[in-house]
This record gives sequence, C-alpha cells and structure tokens, in this order.
Amino acid sequence: LRGGEVSKMAGADGDDSLYPIAVLIDELRNEDVQLRLNSIKKLSTIALALGVERTRTELLPFLTDTIYDEDEVLLALAEQLGNFTMLVGGPEYVHCLLPPLESLATVEETVVRDKAVESLRKISQEHSPVDLEVHFEPLVKRLASGDWFTSRTSACGLFSVCYPRVSSTVKAEIRQHFRTLCSDDTPMVRRAAASKLGEFAKVLELEYVKSDIISLFTALASDEQDSVRLLAVEACVSIATLLPQEDLETLVMPTLRQAAEDKSWRVRYMVADKFSELQKAVGPEITKNDLVPAFQNLLKDCEAEVRAAAANKVKEFCENLPEDNREQIIMTHILPCVKELVSDTNQHVKSALASVIMGLSTILGKDNTIEHLLPLFLAQLKDECPEVRLNIISNLDCVNEVIGIRQLSQSLLPAIVELAEDAKWRVRLAIIEYMPLLAGQLGVEFFDEKLNTLCMAWLIDHVYAIREAATCNLMKLVEKFGAEWAQNTIVPKVLGMANDPNYLHRMTTLFCINALSKACGQEITTKQMLPVVLKMSNDQVANVRFNVAKSLQKIGPILDSNALQTEVKPVLEKLASDTDMDVKYFAQEAISGKSFPITEYPPESRQHFYKIFIDVQDQLVNV
Amino acid sequence: SNSVRSDSHQFVFSADIISTVEFNYSGELLATGDKGGRVVIFQHEQESKNRPHLRGEYNVYSTFQSHEPEFDYLKSLEIEEKINKIRWLPQQNAAHFLLSTNDKTIKLWKISERDKRAEGYNLKDEDGRLRDPFRITSLRVPVLMPMDLMVEASPRRIFANAHTYHINSISVNSDHETYLSADDLRINLWHLEITDRSFNIVDIKPANMEELTEVITAAECHPHQCNVFVYSSSKGTIRLCDMRAAALCDRHSKFFEEPEDPSSRSFFSEIISSISDVKFSHSGRYMMTRDYLSVKVWDLNMENRPVETYQVHEYLRSKLCSLYENDCIFDKFECCWNGSDSAIMTGSYNNFFRMFDRNTRRDITLEASRESSKPRATLKPRKVSTGGKRKKDEISVDSLDFNKKILHTAWHPKDNVIAVAATNNLYIFQDKIN
Repeated sequence: LRGGEVSKMAGADGDDSLYPIAVLIDELRNEDVQLRLNSIKKLSTIALALGVERTRTELLPFLTDTIYDEDEVLLALAEQLGNFTMLVGGPEYVHCLLPPLESLATVEETVVRDKAVESLRKISQEHSPVDLEVHFEPLVKRLASGDWFTSRTSACGLFSVCYPRVSSTVKAEIRQHFRTLCSDDTPMVRRAAASKLGEFAKVLELEYVKSDIISLFTALASDEQDSVRLLAVEACVSIATLLPQEDLETLVMPTLRQAAEDKSWRVRYMVADKFSELQKAVGPEITKNDLVPAFQNLLKDCEAEVRAAAANKVKEFCENLPEDNREQIIMTHILPCVKELVSDTNQHVKSALASVIMGLSTILGKDNTIEHLLPLFLAQLKDECPEVRLNIISNLDCVNEVIGIRQLSQSLLPAIVELAEDAKWRVRLAIIEYMPLLAGQLGVEFFDEKLNTLCMAWLIDHVYAIREAATCNLMKLVEKFGAEWAQNTIVPKVLGMANDPNYLHRMTTLFCINALSKACGQEITTKQMLPVVLKMSNDQVANVRFNVAKSLQKIGPILDSNALQTEVKPVLEKLASDTDMDVKYFAQEAISGKSFPITEYPPESRQHFYKIFIDVQDQLVNV
Repeated sequence: SNSVRSDSHQFVFSADIISTVEFNYSGELLATGDKGGRVVIFQHEQESKNRPHLRGEYNVYSTFQSHEPEFDYLKSLEIEEKINKIRWLPQQNAAHFLLSTNDKTIKLWKISERDKRAEGYNLKDEDGRLRDPFRITSLRVPVLMPMDLMVEASPRRIFANAHTYHINSISVNSDHETYLSADDLRINLWHLEITDRSFNIVDIKPANMEELTEVITAAECHPHQCNVFVYSSSKGTIRLCDMRAAALCDRHSKFFEEPEDPSSRSFFSEIISSISDVKFSHSGRYMMTRDYLSVKVWDLNMENRPVETYQVHEYLRSKLCSLYENDCIFDKFECCWNGSDSAIMTGSYNNFFRMFDRNTRRDITLEASRESSKPRATLKPRKVSTGGKRKKDEISVDSLDFNKKILHTAWHPKDNVIAVAATNNLYIFQDKIN
C-alpha cells in the first residue's frame, strides 16, 4: 500500500490522515534505498505531522544516528536539515538541528560533508547572537579540535559565518582555531583551510588580515605539499582585493612571485589559470611591473599544461591591461611569446591559443592585425592538428569585425576543404556545424563559388551522422540566403539525388525535403518537391517508401488542401495497402495525422528493426 | 629487536593462498587478501588479564568478498579474482578504508561498525505482524537501541578500465587525496574521489612491442613528499620521479642502478636482478628493493649503488638452473621495514623468512611452522648448510621445500609484531614480554 492510494481507503476508526505519514516514517528504514531517499525528501511532511516538540525530541535524535546510510540519503538529509528551522519551532530552537548536522559533517564522503557545512552555514544565520555563542560556536570548536580530519576540514568552512557575529573574546578564539588548522598535520585539513583562507580574510578586521592572514597565507603558500600551495594562489586573489594598494607590494607580491616560479608545475598552472583574477586584484601598476614578465614566463613554461593554461588567458590578459600603454606592452612583450606558441610542440597548447588568438585583433586594431596577427592566423589555419584549425574557424567573427574575412579567404578555403574531407568523421561533423556561420560572414557569392560543392558532397557522405548534419546545414543556409537562392542552387541538386542508384542517397533527398520544405515555402514545396516525393512512393526499397509516408506527413501542413486531397491522399492510401508492414504502418500513421516519435515501432514489426539495423551497420562500417 | 622469538598463533584457511598482507597505519588492523578474491581483516584485541604475557591477539574482525572472477569478452581473457595488493588509507573518521586490487580493477572499501539498531514501526508490531492500516491513532518515531557489534564492509568506489596490463602495485599518496596504480607498462594517478578518469603519468610501452626490454615490477609513493614516487623495473633499476617537474613523468629525476659485477655474470643474471618489491623507509630517507637473491637498501641521495646489501639465500646461486626449470626463479618476494627502520624482513623458501638488523648487521633465519607457532613457543633460528659438511640442526640446500615459499610479510608500524603468510596460513609473531 503506497501513499497515493491511501486517501481512497479511509478507515473507520483511525485517523486516516496519519496513514501516509506512518508509511513515510516506516520507509525511513526501508531496505530499498529509493524509498528511504523518498522519505528523507519528504522529511518536512513527517516533521509537520509530528509537530515541533516531537520533531525535536524524537525525530532529530533518530536522524542524528542514521549516518550509516547511503551517501545519497545522507546528502538529501543534510540538505533537508538546512531548511528545517520552522519545523523545529523557529529560530529559538534552531540549535536542535546542530547534532545531526554535526554528525553529518564528519562522514567521509566529501559531498555529504560539504552539504552539511552548507546547511550549518545557512542555519547559523538563524541563530541569535547569544545562541551563536552558546550553541554554534562550541560546535565549531568541537569540529576544529576533532580527532578525525573529516571534522576538522568541515570546521574550516564555518569560521567565516560566525566570526562577524560574536564577541571579541570569541573572535580571538576563532582566529586561534583557524591558525591551528592552517598548520594541521594532515594535508587534507591544510587544504581545507587554504581554500577557506580568502573567505575568512573577508570577514576579518583589516588589522588582523595584515597580522594573521598574511602570515598564514605565506605559510600555506610555502607548504611542503604542492596540493596545499596551489590553493594559496586562489586565496591570493581575495587577499589582494582586501588590502590597500600600498601594502600589496610588501605583503602579497613576494608570495605571488614565488608561486609563479614554483618548482611544481601544478602551482604554476594554478597561477596561469587564475591570471585574470590576479591581474584585476593587484591593479594596473603591479600588472605592468610584475605580472607582464610573469605572464611571459608562463607562456614559455617548460610544462605544456602550464603553457596551455596561460595561452587560454592571452586575450583576457591583454584586454585587461591598462589602456594607456596596452598596445605597446602587447606588441613588445606578449606578441613575441604568442608567435612562439603558434609553432608549439604540443597540440593542446596550440589549440588553446587558437581558441583566443583571434580576440587580439579587436584589441590591436586593423593595421596591427594585418601586419602581425594575420600571419599567425594563417599559420594556425594550416596547422596539422584539426582542432587548432577548427578553433580558428569557429572564431572568425572576431577578425571579421576588424579586417573583414576576405583577407583570410585565400588560406581559409584550403583549410576548410581539408577539414571537410578529414578522415575522422567527427572532424567533418565539427566543420559542418560552422558552415552557416561562415556562409553568413563570407556572403552568398563566395559561398556559391567555393563552399556549395562541399555542402552537397556531405549529403552523400558514407557516415549517417554527416549526412544528417549536412541536411540540417542546408536548412540553416536556406534560412540565411532565402528561398530563391535555395530554388536556384540546392533544390535541383537535392531532388536530383532521388534518382541515385543508392537507396541511402534517395532517402537523403527525403530527409532534405523534410528539413527544407518549411524554409522554402509552399510554392517550391508543392511545385518542385512534392512531385518527386510522390514519384518515390513507387521505389522498390521499402525503407524509401515508408520514408515517403513520413515525408508526406511532415510536409502536409505546408501544402494546400487541394494538393493534399488530390495528390497526397491517393498515394498514402496506396502505401497503406503496401505489402510491407512498416510501409503500411507509417502510411496509416500519416493518414490519421498523428504525430509519432520515430522510436515507436509497431510491436510486431521485426522486419523494420532489421532495416534499421542495416542502416546502423552502414554507419558502423564507416566510423 | 630482530629476535622476534615469540608466542604465536595461527589461522588456517581453506585451501586458499594468501596473496597479500598489510597492517593499517596504527597496526590495530591487519588485512590479508587471497587468491579467492577475499579480504580478511584481523583486529588487535586489547590485553587480557588472563594472559598477561600476551600483547593481545589478532582476531578476525571482518571477512568479505572483494573481487569476483570476471571474463573480458572483447579479449577473451579471464580476469582472476586474486587480490594482488591491499593498501590502507590514513584513518579519516571512525570507519576504516582500504584499497584492494586484482589484475584490473581497484576497489575502495569501507569497514565500519554498527552497535545500534532502530526499533518500532507504525505498520508492524514488535513481532512483525502487520497492523490494521486503518486503525493508526498515533505516529511512532523509531528509537535507537543498542545491539551486538556488527562490522560491515561496503564497496565505496570502483576504479576500473584504466589498466591494459596486470596491476602489480597500488600506493596511497601522502597528500591523502591521490594514489597511484602500476601495471607492467604504465603508472596511473587517481584521485580517491574520482572513478571515471585517471592520469597516466608513466608509459614505457614502446611503439613496437617487439622492442620491449623491460617492465615495471613495483611502484610506491614517497611517505612524506607527495610529489615523489619510485618504480622498479625487471632490469634491476629504480627510477625516482618528481611530479612537480612535469605532468608526464616519462623522464625520471633519479636513476638507481648498481653496476653489474662482470665476474658473476651468467645466463640468469638479468632474471635474478629483476626487482620484485620496492619500499620506502618510514623516514623517507631510504628505500629497499628485493631481487631474487638479495635485499638492498638505497639512500635516496646516492644513485650509483646501494648503501647496504643483504644476502637472503645466497646458497641458491648454484641452484638457479633447477629454479629456472621449476619457475621458482620468477617468484616475487616482497620485503618490509620495521617501525623504526632499523630492521628489515623478507621471505624465502621452506617457509623460512629472514630478518636483518641494520645496526648490528646481524641476520637471522626463522621458520613459520605449526610447531613454532604453538602458544608461548619461541622461534628458533634455523640454518641452511652451505659448506660440505652439515652441522647438527642445519638443513641442506637440497632438502629445502621450494613449494613452501613466504612471499608476503608485514611488520607492525610501531611494535615488534610481524605477520607472515605461508601459502594458506597466516602466522603472527610478536616480541615476548617478560
């Protein structure tokens, strides 16, 4: 008996409203984890039925000891308890929620612990200042001095929420606890402390930021474990924003310089990854003097991962340089490094650069772009790695705004043709997806001249995914260039394929018609496409015939009622009495006008699966 | 300290051969894995008043099936369930965690205790009989009641599909968040919380497999420096890598190799120089390697030769031919340090195992046998006669039983308690307390 059916069977003596709740409570301990999870997610319903008193005295003690459960149940519980204040009697009693959350904050599963901490942070705001000192702060202390590092890591996330609301004596204690955790024996706790350092710094008084936080930051940034040091880089951003400009040089920069040259590539990677944030945090003066050389070094780093991370930041870094001498800095300091990256040995580095390099043209303007950047774009367009070329092509719009795409077309075309014919079908797929964008930028003339042939060739690709994408591409092109263009350039070619000896190509005609009819409009559809579709209803391959039925259904709404009645209906009726059961099925579906998902096959149709199987095989062979 | 004469007790399993033995960080728990894919965990009982001479016994705490036999249908290969290695994680809360691995799949297990049970249902009474659902007049919240201690082992994560070859080592990093796993040709680095990807940090697979000249035999993380790990090879060399230097550690930062003595060169030289185990000392200053005939201690600061070399069973040098024929020459003996790094232990044949005191340079051969393991019995040193004449109490090389081999041993991280796996028997010996 499950909840939903209960109300119908209301009993005579018992309180029928209790039954669903009784089920929920019992299912807190059901063997099926889904049912337990369901009950936990409806914990507020249970609590509401029990009332605030029993929730506090019975339900919460029970929940405190259910930490044996599966992670997903514990995660749901931790989340629920964060919204439980009203259900235990309001802010006055909110501290009753601390014991279960405390035990959840010590489990080994990070997601559960983090959720428990999140809920604790939430309910900390609902504590009165007195309760915060009487109940919440002692919990933080207990966690901070717990035996296991799980509880100490959880404590790290709680200091910043209680600090602003406690007395100065307690504040001093909290600072002391945080200090202790920053030098904990286990790297887990030091990492947790390092990751919360920035957040904690934000709630501290400036004098303590300068005295306490800076020394902790310096210590963590020179920790023996690089996994701790790299987290200090993140804290660096927050700390730098808090300090007045004149203190940055002495308090933060020595550590940051050290991090940028750390022996561990992971720390340097982190610096590269956070470079834009760091740049904003330290301001233009320090950027000019310190970060520019540091960035140059990162772009030339011996580890490819670091170079790739730095290459990713090239555009953002340049954008954020102070405008007064931005161009000069880029031209003399950054561009030489970028030039080297274009011929980097590692393809991830080149590809990272290719994804942002085009953005430099807007910053440097037309002349610089033509003189300095264009050769780089062209080199990348000819790169051996398809991903690099794709990244350049996918960002053409940036450079189009500055110098127009014509400048590139000489090199662009061979690059596109090569990608279009790449042996890997995923590469071909990616370039197809950029076709509408390219068509828009290059204009109809250029497109007809150079790219149209490619777009048509994809229609007879031996991989289905490519043929499908090519169909979709045609639709987008027609939306861009209009029905007239379609009628003159692509419709004849598409319809010509209806006579192809390969049935897969004949089907492509139908798929194209499905996609294009709407964009082409009633006239083209009725006069040019429909006759071809109708003629194909006599095809010898059943797959073509039932696709005719599907196409007719698809283009039906575009046709006028006359054509529907006089031309379409007789053909569908003929197909509905086809010898092939799938053709029959789809013809009947089309006649009854039901829209149906393609996956819904007539249950008895094994033949159809066989056909689908052939088509799938056709793909598999060519992958 | 190497005179671990002792009281002992033993646990006999069904015909299952123990394939790995490992103490946890406190020494309170001892895990064994066997060929049947099972993991058995022993717990150190507190001192009992009745037997004050004993430090307390190790009793079975939890037994569970870690791995099942599998079949790789794509490669038509059977994947054995045999546990190749067990490594404990540093304790993080009241539960204990360990990694166990067979040839292909690494699993993270949680071993936890439960001593409370919830009681009281709304729809059932105490005897489990259903109540009339229409006569519920009040709601009951379950109450937790004490119960007999129950130990549960639950699989927490499965790290699969990352090794093409057989996994020979797993090692937890001192950063407490990553670990490495090594197979014959590659080493992968995992995050303990992420199962769907790992980073390949070493790959020695040549483009053409016919050019393969060496394989990775063991790998271990440094106990304190989270960026340092070593791996040993079948050529008798050890490479130390620094993960700070680059994301891929194909280039080592140190290369430990002892020049070969040309006078002792033979057909078997390369086979017997293959390293079967490598272990960092607890201090992190040294590492120990085991090859077929010896144990070597290396100072991490000296790459050209080991600082100490101990012969384990030099008397077998003349027997290599027959040991090659019966495949014993490919046996992979492991080695271990005591808690203070002052002594080392490794196994041999005939259920003998060897201990070396690094300070006094004294060594001893002991035997793990039923006789020596009766309660309160003391282990007597054994001797293998190497010269022409066999003295009393000595055993001749020819009468050694090569089927009884001790490959896996473990030393308690703090106390003089050792665990010795002899085929399907686990012997635990401890210092006598007088």
